[in-house]
Amino acid sequence: MTATAQQTGSTVMTNVEAVRSTLHDAMVRDDRVLIMGEDVGARGNVFLITKGFLEEFGPQRVVDTPLAEASIVGVAIGMAMEGLRPIAEIQFADFIYPAFNQIVGEAAKTRYRSNGDYTCPLVIRTPYGGGVRGALSHSVSIEALFYHVPGLTILAPSTPADIKGLLNAAIECPDPVLFLEHKKTYRSVKGDVPGGYYTIPIGKADVKKAGTDVSVVSYGYNLHQALDAANRLEGEGVSVEVIDLRSIRPMDKTTILESVRKTRKLLIVHEDNKFGGIGAEISAMVAEEALFELDAPIRRLCGPDVPAMGYALPLEEEFMVSTDEMVDAMRELAKF
Amino acid sequence: MAKTSTARGRELDRAGLSDEQLVAMLRNMLLQRQLDNRGFQLNRQGKIPFALGSEGHEAVQAGAAAAFVRGRDVLVPYYRDLGLALGVGMSALEILSSMFARASDRSAGRQFPNHYTNHDLGVASISSIIAGHCTHAVGIAAAFKYRNETGRAVLCTTGEGSTSQGEWHESVNFAAVHALPIVFLCENNEWAISTPQTMQMRVANVADKAPGYGIPGVVCDGFDPIATYKAMHEAMERARTGGGPSIVEAKCYRFLSHSTDDDDRTYRSREIIEERRKLDPVPRFEQVLLEAGVVDAERVKALRADVLRETNEATDTAEAQPYPTPESLYENVVDGPYEPWRA
Repeated sequence: MTATAQQTGSTVMTNVEAVRSTLHDAMVRDDRVLIMGEDVGARGNVFLITKGFLEEFGPQRVVDTPLAEASIVGVAIGMAMEGLRPIAEIQFADFIYPAFNQIVGEAAKTRYRSNGDYTCPLVIRTPYGGGVRGALSHSVSIEALFYHVPGLTILAPSTPADIKGLLNAAIECPDPVLFLEHKKTYRSVKGDVPGGYYTIPIGKADVKKAGTDVSVVSYGYNLHQALDAANRLEGEGVSVEVIDLRSIRPMDKTTILESVRKTRKLLIVHEDNKFGGIGAEISAMVAEEALFELDAPIRRLCGPDVPAMGYALPLEEEFMVSTDEMVDAMRELAKF
Repeated sequence: MAKTSTARGRELDRAGLSDEQLVAMLRNMLLQRQLDNRGFQLNRQGKIPFALGSEGHEAVQAGAAAAFVRGRDVLVPYYRDLGLALGVGMSALEILSSMFARASDRSAGRQFPNHYTNHDLGVASISSIIAGHCTHAVGIAAAFKYRNETGRAVLCTTGEGSTSQGEWHESVNFAAVHALPIVFLCENNEWAISTPQTMQMRVANVADKAPGYGIPGVVCDGFDPIATYKAMHEAMERARTGGGPSIVEAKCYRFLSHSTDDDDRTYRSREIIEERRKLDPVPRFEQVLLEAGVVDAERVKALRADVLRETNEATDTAEAQPYPTPESLYENVVDGPYEPWRA
């Protein structure tokens, strides 16, 4: 079951390819692992992530479930309780709400309510986020709904190498993990992915660009825009440090505080609605622990507090945080 | 719809059960009744904050327990399954420890009483969410099939109210589509707190829903433990041997209020309950076994005394145990330390 830790050289791949190859390797490595969800078998997933898996691994291990999200998660919980390592897919994060009862009321509490008599090593994978003309029900961010819940682990890696390491960690994790994949980055983000099996520690953020003037915390598609914005500002002599959160719950306090204590200025960027978004928790933590080390109020650049982004391009663009807005916010904060 | 019922009188259709098994069923019913009463006594004495009664369910649960194979099958119960929990091997002490919310309770005092967990015995951990456990039961059955384990089945129990929940529907549907080794036992006691069955569904029997899923459904006499055993044995064996899922509906009655926090005088007439009391399965099964010569009056007296002794010992032992510590609140949230912020 355990594979060699040997590095076999790295490959350039997109985010969606990283998901695919990590899932494939997990299926080969561990026969307790199975994939279940809508259209994951014959269709190979609506983004072709599991194309060919049904033929290779068979219908017991690649399960086309009925169209019923609560039971996709609930049945997976039962399998996990019984010792399998199911990876349940919710086709779009916008469809996860019927499974909320099972995720929050059951999976998150299985170990706790039984004091460890039963555990729930379950991975729920789902594509989230907008910028793909997905309109009201194919574009939402859901992390704020779930990161509040003790017992859940929420991951949102932004690069192919991080996707591989964290998806492996999620599959190994003895507790339920919600694994969020920003769909706009599926094919638009490419990167080096080390060969061989590896995991990244859950709860560890990554400084993707070191800097001295402003700390920016982000994840998902925004992370890449933040890097673009930071690179533009280098030309103006503004040095921005960009932190990729990677893990929403648990969240990395050390990396955030270290950075804030260095730059003394914090900008949080997330696509999700501002009110009650995860930026609020980060702001509260930094205010509690480093208030007197800040030289400016904490700034949050987030999605507007409307239900969702519209189908019309002007509506989608108004909702999504743009790279230009990030440049402006970083520049302003640097000057504060 | 098949309906099974045991003939009464000296000619006992014992469905292949031995004298020993029949006496064990009776003892289970007596112990369930005794522990049930003890919960209410302790609550009225102010010693425990909450108790849930199961009077009226003794025959269903003794019969179903007799069809359960320990070490092979898994039980995914609901909160009125005291008799089933006992019948698959849980002890009176476990029950009382849970009632008193002691640290020695398997949930370490976290769960309400009757929210069992016992992984060693194959009793799944449940929440209070009605029908929240049904999909888990299906998942456990799916794991049996995944590992090609024959001779194992999951027993998933609910009341009739549960069958209105969307997740019950999704569970039965999923199990049917994938032909999983599971039996959905509905202990129809006619009441979901204050909601009668007629306000829960249009059909007369929960089992009438089964053809809609393409699976068998039977109604059995839930006041008769042998009749219930017969129906359950057939259903469980079908599941264990690759025949897929089915619904067994056992008609019984809830003699008491939903719990110590409910007062059924606000929604049920005393006359109806008195009428149904005549079907009380505990004295009825005593009578059946007496008439069939399986036990005599002395034996019954001894069983009752033994059950009382067991209950008293468990009460005293559990009451003397300590509560969980406040610090224990923080344990087992996840594997490792409980910290939303990782340092």
